[in-house]
This record gives sequence, structure tokens and C-alpha cells, in this order.
Amino acid sequence: MLPSLPTIVALVKIGLLVGGLMTAAAYLVLVERWMAAWVQDRKGPNRVGIPLTKIRLFGLGQPLADGLKIILKEDFTPKHVDKVLYVAAPLVLLAASLAIFAAIPFGSSLPPIPALGLTGEEPLLVAPGLDVGVLWVFALSSIAVYGVLLGGWASNNKYGFLGGLRSSAQLVAYEIPLGLGLLGVVLAAGSLKLDAIMNAQASSGVWYAFAQPLGFVVFLIASFAEAARLPFDLPEAEQELVGGYHTEYSGIKLLLFLVSEFLHMVTAAFLIVIMFLGGWHLWGVTGSGPVETWLVALIRFAVLSAKIFGVILFFMLVRWSWPRFRFDQLMNLAWKVMLPLGLANLVTVAAVEEFRPQLVTALGEGWAKAAAIAVPWAVFFLGWIAAGLLTPSGTDNTPIRTAGPLDAEHVLGSRPHDLVEA
Amino acid sequence: MKPSDPSITWLEEKPLGLAERLYLPLFVSGLSTTARHLVSPKVTVSFPEQRPKVGNPLIYRGVHRLNRDPEGRVKCVACFLCATACPAHCIDIVAAESPWPDREKYPESFHIDELRCIFCGMCEEACPVDAIELTSLLDLTGKSREEMIFDKEKLLSVYDMTKDAEPMKSASMGCTP
Repeated sequence: MLPSLPTIVALVKIGLLVGGLMTAAAYLVLVERWMAAWVQDRKGPNRVGIPLTKIRLFGLGQPLADGLKIILKEDFTPKHVDKVLYVAAPLVLLAASLAIFAAIPFGSSLPPIPALGLTGEEPLLVAPGLDVGVLWVFALSSIAVYGVLLGGWASNNKYGFLGGLRSSAQLVAYEIPLGLGLLGVVLAAGSLKLDAIMNAQASSGVWYAFAQPLGFVVFLIASFAEAARLPFDLPEAEQELVGGYHTEYSGIKLLLFLVSEFLHMVTAAFLIVIMFLGGWHLWGVTGSGPVETWLVALIRFAVLSAKIFGVILFFMLVRWSWPRFRFDQLMNLAWKVMLPLGLANLVTVAAVEEFRPQLVTALGEGWAKAAAIAVPWAVFFLGWIAAGLLTPSGTDNTPIRTAGPLDAEHVLGSRPHDLVEA
Repeated sequence: MKPSDPSITWLEEKPLGLAERLYLPLFVSGLSTTARHLVSPKVTVSFPEQRPKVGNPLIYRGVHRLNRDPEGRVKCVACFLCATACPAHCIDIVAAESPWPDREKYPESFHIDELRCIFCGMCEEACPVDAIELTSLLDLTGKSREEMIFDKEKLLSVYDMTKDAEPMKSASMGCTP
């Protein structure tokens, strides 16, 4: 018995998506290495081309060499680890990071293909009927924490364990601002489906990054933390934790960890683009109606991919621009800055959406639209300045001056000259 | 020095200004620095195709060579000063009576173990007849340890190879001809 048509279509999509993502992850490693090199005034990998020839292709063969090398390496399992969890951790992490993409659209949709029996538009999304797309994404990105935590715990290594703990604390803390940033979008779009959120932005022509600047910034920062990218890469801070939760891993298991880390970044980029940067929409290029021709479908796919690539490049550029946060600063930022700002954004969006009909009757269509954008921007600036002035995230690094005379010599950070004066 | 030493000046950390508290100006300046470096000229030398520039070949301490005198004979007089000066003991000379009338001895064999050499340049300093010199050749490779022990012929051939690019210092500069 042949599988039904929707099953075949879904399988084809899964194949394309997983293949595309894995290739993309491999090549993003190359892009990351290039960016790292260029920022440091180096040239980066530019030698490996087609194997067994002297053709170099600017180093485009590098991912193949990297992958082969790490696969062929010894897959060493230390004696002291919890064997089951040790093997399960990278699998859980990779499975979760891949399954997230079931609910993430990777284009607009395809025009009907009557020859294959597809009479309607075929959305470029593995699970098009899923009404809880955003919830799915969030649930699975929380499961990814388990992978990290399991890896750290099973390694039976203090660095791995510390990395896992840090990671879980960080990911739990930043889920909240992430969710708050997202809730504003869900409120405005009125749907938990990611493709519906894109359609809402396309039909109004106002991307949510412009309509909800505060939510955008909060979500952007939180997604850096969720992806454990550099200003927030405490789970694997090399200088402190050797390798963090994957210290004890090698060979293909390490590869799985690294790939899922890259997939996290790709997921974050997808979410940022889909929810705040209009998805496949670009004014005057893509249109906003249903997809009738293959050209439109292709253009929309290209626009979405280009935006995602741009966001990923931004991720990589930020990596070399900012030093890592200290752990207390990280937590302060999450709980004392991002959480209030996220709440402020949510309230603003809720108020704007609630009073939109009244605004339209009072000001007319055009002015109501302007006001619906101006108010969130005002809240954005006010909130940002308030956060700056109150500096709840700032920490006092000055040494303690109140040490008594007896312990003065021994207290770390006491100021001896104060005591000399006394 | 104890922390309570009165000669230590303790500096106060400057309080953060508004721009610093708002993070954004710092963020932009950091990002623009990285962006500038992203497109700036690269310092990498693509080695085998592109040779690194040696600052001053006259004082660079690379592979050794044994100089020839104007008649093409080895200049060395087998005085052993270089072997004595060498801190790594990598020079091995066997002296013999010179077949030429203008000197008493000449090196029958002259070996330098390039793997042992620390390229300090003491042999060059010690040589009274400026026979041994360090060239600016910097990529010294070999496939075996034996290959890296340079004999007299090899050292003379290094001279033949590099004499045009790096001529011997002339007598006018106080060197032996």
C-alpha cells in the first residue's frame, strides 16, 4: 500500500529540511570561521577545495574535511561516566533542535501542482496544520536544556557539571523574556501559527520589529542567550570551564553537540526573522497575497533565506564585539532588565490592540496606524532610558571599604589606604 | 610590595555616564570596530606561495652557509672558534693540512646539525675569517634527522644559492675578502 499523498509530501519536506539544515550548519561553521578570521585581520580557511585536485574554491571544501576529521576521530567514552545518559544527551539535544523545525516555515508556500494532485497552495512547512506552532517551538527548545544538563551531569566532570548547571539556569532565566517578547507578537497577530504571523506582517506591511521595538530588542537579546552565543556563552566559557557541558565528549558525539548548537542559532535566526522582520515579506518585491506562480514562491523563499543569513551574520559579528557577561550580570540582566521591559512591551501591545478600534474611530485609519506605531516607540525609548538610569544590571565593582582594622590585611578587596588614614 | 604601601596610588573607577548605562553607544562602537576589521587588509602571509618579508637579511639568523673566497675555495681555516663558541655543540669540524700555500689548515669535513642549532649567531660572531654566516633562509625542512645534518658541500651550496641575494660583506666593511 502506498502512503497517502500528505504523508509523501511531509516526508519530502522533512528530507529537504533536514538535508538543508545539516548542510547549512556545516557551511555556517565555515562562515563562522571566516568571520572570526576576518575580524582578527586574518584570511581564514581558504585552502580546501575539491579533494584530490589543486582547485581551492576559496576553502569551500573545508566543511567536508572538518566533518570527516571529527567523524573519524576516536569516539572515546571515559570510564567514570553514566553510560546511558552520556550517550543519550547529544541525541536528545539534536533530536530536539531538529524537531523544532517541524513548526517553523522555511518559505511562504508553493503554487498548486495539479499534476501531482496538489490542488491547493502547499505551505513550506513540515506540519502545516499545527495550531500551536509557537508553543511547539518553545516546548522543544526547553527540552534542549535537558540535553545540555544530561551531558553535563553524565560526564561526571566538575567543569561539565558546572557548565550544565550554568546552562540550565541561563536558559530557564532567558525563556521568560523570550516568551514575553513573543507574546506581544502573538497578541498582535492573533495566532500561534508562525506562518500566520508572517502573513499578518505581510498583509499590514508593518513588520513587528517596527510595531514593537521593545519586544524585538528583548527577544533578540534573549535569543542570543538561548542560543548560548557569545555575550552569553557561559555554559561553555572556555577560559573558565574548559569546554563546559561537552568537556568529556569527543568524536561524533561532540559533533552532534556542536551541530545542535549551530541549529539553535539557526532556529533563533528563523524566529527573529519570522516574528519580527516580516518573514518572507519585502515591500514591493514579494507582494503579500496568495502564491500563484513559482517565481513568487522562489522570490519569497530567497527573501526569507537572505534575511535569516543576515541575522546569522549579525550573530557572528556580535560574537567578536562583546566580552562575555559575568554570571551575576547575566542573571541581573535577565531578571531585572529584560523581564520588566518585556512586561512593558506586552502591556503596550495589549493596550494598543485593545484600543485600536477606538483609535480608528477617533483619529481615522491613517493616524490610528501611526499612533499604533508611535506609542510602542515612546515606550521603547522611555523603558530603555529608565533601564539605563536605574541600572539594575550594573554591579558595584568597587572594593569593600568597611573592613575592620583586624581583618584588613586579609579581606580580599579591602582598601588598605583607608585604614592607614583611620 | 604590600598593598598598604603608601607609594601605591589607588585609582577610583570612573562612574558610568548615561551613554555607558544605555549600552547602545558602546554596542555601536564595538560593532563598528569589528565591522571595520572585517573589511580591513589582512596581515596573513599565504606562506608557500607568498614569502614572508625578512626585515633585514643582513642580521637575520636563518640557515648557515660556508662562504667561498674569490678563488672558489672554502674560506674556513678550521680554527674551531665557531665550534668552541657554539652553545648547542652542533658544529663538528675535522681539520686537515691545507693543500693551499696561503693557510695552514682547512676543514676536511664540516658538519652542522641544523636540528640542534639554536640559531643564536655566535658562530658567525666568532669566525675570524667570516667563513660561516647565517643567511635569511627561514624555511628549513627535511624528511629525516640525517638529512638535517649539513655537511661541507651542502653548506657551500647554500652559499652558491644565496650569494647573489645576500652578498658577503666586503672588505671595505671590515671583513676578510
